[in-house]
Amino acid sequence: MKILVCMKQVPQKDAPLKLNESGTWIREDVSYEVNEPDAYALEEALRQREKHKGEVVVITSGPARAQQVLREALAKGADRAIHLEDEKFVGLDAFNTAKAIAAAIKDEPFDLIFTGLQSDDYGYAQTGVILAELLGWPHATIIMQIEKTDAGIRVKRELEAGYFQFVDMPLPAVLTIQSGINKLRYATLIGIKQAKNKPLRKVTLAEVGGAIGNNLQKIERLYVPQKTKKTEYIEGPAGEVAKKLVDKLRNELRVL
Amino acid sequence: MPETILVVVEQREGKLNRVSWETIAAGQAIAGATGWPLEAAVVGTNAPSISPEVAGKKLAKVYAIESRKLDAYTPDAFAAGLKQFLATKQPKLVLMPHTYQVRDFVPKLATAMGRSVVSDCIGFKHESGKLLFTRQMFQGKLAADVSFAGDAPWFVTFQNGAFRADKAEAGASAAAVETVKVEIAEGVVRNQPQEVFKEAKQAVDLTQAEIIVAVGRGIKEQKNILIAKQLADALGGDLAASRPICDSGWLPMDRQIGSSGQTVAPKLYLALGISGAIQHIVGMKGSRAIVAVNKDSEAPIFEIADYAVVGNLFDIVPPLIEEVKKAKAGDSHG
Repeated sequence: MKILVCMKQVPQKDAPLKLNESGTWIREDVSYEVNEPDAYALEEALRQREKHKGEVVVITSGPARAQQVLREALAKGADRAIHLEDEKFVGLDAFNTAKAIAAAIKDEPFDLIFTGLQSDDYGYAQTGVILAELLGWPHATIIMQIEKTDAGIRVKRELEAGYFQFVDMPLPAVLTIQSGINKLRYATLIGIKQAKNKPLRKVTLAEVGGAIGNNLQKIERLYVPQKTKKTEYIEGPAGEVAKKLVDKLRNELRVL
Repeated sequence: MPETILVVVEQREGKLNRVSWETIAAGQAIAGATGWPLEAAVVGTNAPSISPEVAGKKLAKVYAIESRKLDAYTPDAFAAGLKQFLATKQPKLVLMPHTYQVRDFVPKLATAMGRSVVSDCIGFKHESGKLLFTRQMFQGKLAADVSFAGDAPWFVTFQNGAFRADKAEAGASAAAVETVKVEIAEGVVRNQPQEVFKEAKQAVDLTQAEIIVAVGRGIKEQKNILIAKQLADALGGDLAASRPICDSGWLPMDRQIGSSGQTVAPKLYLALGISGAIQHIVGMKGSRAIVAVNKDSEAPIFEIADYAVVGNLFDIVPPLIEEVKKAKAGDSHG
């Protein structure tokens, strides 16, 4: 099986974010990491390759810094990487991002494309599904299990409130992967070494520019959300905080 | 054609998903601000039987969209059926709840029409004639006001709990219901869905718990869960977790709170080392009181906390356990 994994670099979970001057995006001088569901998507692709042979290719879009995500994926065992490299990719909406990815892989016959179920920055939960539609492929979302069958694959979709559903589908297909589908591996020293010699293809904005149109939606402003609740901060040394909290639990919330 | 708003409600096996009322409430609010008429659509075989319930709300019209191919949900059938319907109706705005099912087909539907979805919104603004949709970004740390830059129909999905279901106004008289048959050709539907099922009976029901102590990533290691357990025991409450903890296998999946786990509303929700990602918040924001302990002062959990402690949970929790025990012992002695 030849599997493409779409990965994204996002600000680290606990990174303090600052707004840029125009208040339309964050200042880029923060620490980044791989979008967590994408790490599970990669892991699942590696496991499928271990079972069924084939190739795992990773792709990302973003400026030079985003290459780190690809390097880590190669160190974990991906065979090669594609980097849509340009600052401008950061500002694309999901429709355009999917178009850019589709254009970058148009000559490659993949059996499966995996994405994480959503990103920790925009949180659209759309790019994978849009990509499937652009390619004319079937898709399934929020996947917790993948088995190869004679006719294609059988996947386990997570539904809400603890429900699940198996779906049979033909290949090629796009799947969006849920966090927790597997246990993540660490890169080995030897893997990190080997990664340096693995192929990484760079794709410029110009190469896929013809496929991209104007964004169909626009962030007019980005801001720190207004608090809707009055929060009382409890401060002081730990022992004192504990005493104050217990006082609140007892006398204000009356749960003790 | 006049500009209209269409709410596509969600049903499962002939029962309306409650969140559909929230989306109708959202539609009524936007209709109030813009003056655009509001209509609703019910999709699926059961559509005619559910439509009267929907038509009781203050709506200009209700459409029951029917096809045998819509019996069981598939993204192919739902996208094809709705595309056909929307192509003839051409509403300005299409609203849906941000459910797992909608997430599965609405980006496909919009793409097939060359349109775009502003997903998982929590509100809207109508500023000098322009519609803006508010959505959370960076896991709730920031919010964005987003406008549409392309042609209608504009697709918007609303987060669970963004609007109040009980705010959906009833109409003076029932709205007219029109049945619309859509043709979905053989071969369009490629996925074969099996029966929906629940994994091994859920052992833990947290929905009735009065006190919940929940742990998140800040707990760092599996062995540290013990101190959260001790605190829960001291308080006489139940232990729960955010998704990453259950993903790591540190606690079983049936202790998970959030969109993919249980939705709870205890008297006290004590969040330890939980940052407050949207998917977690939707499962616990109805709690009577929320106490959050987190070392990151910008953690979104503090946005909804009644009492906030910015600090290391490993410093706070041990003395807290002692103080709770003392308070309880005080009770028994007098």
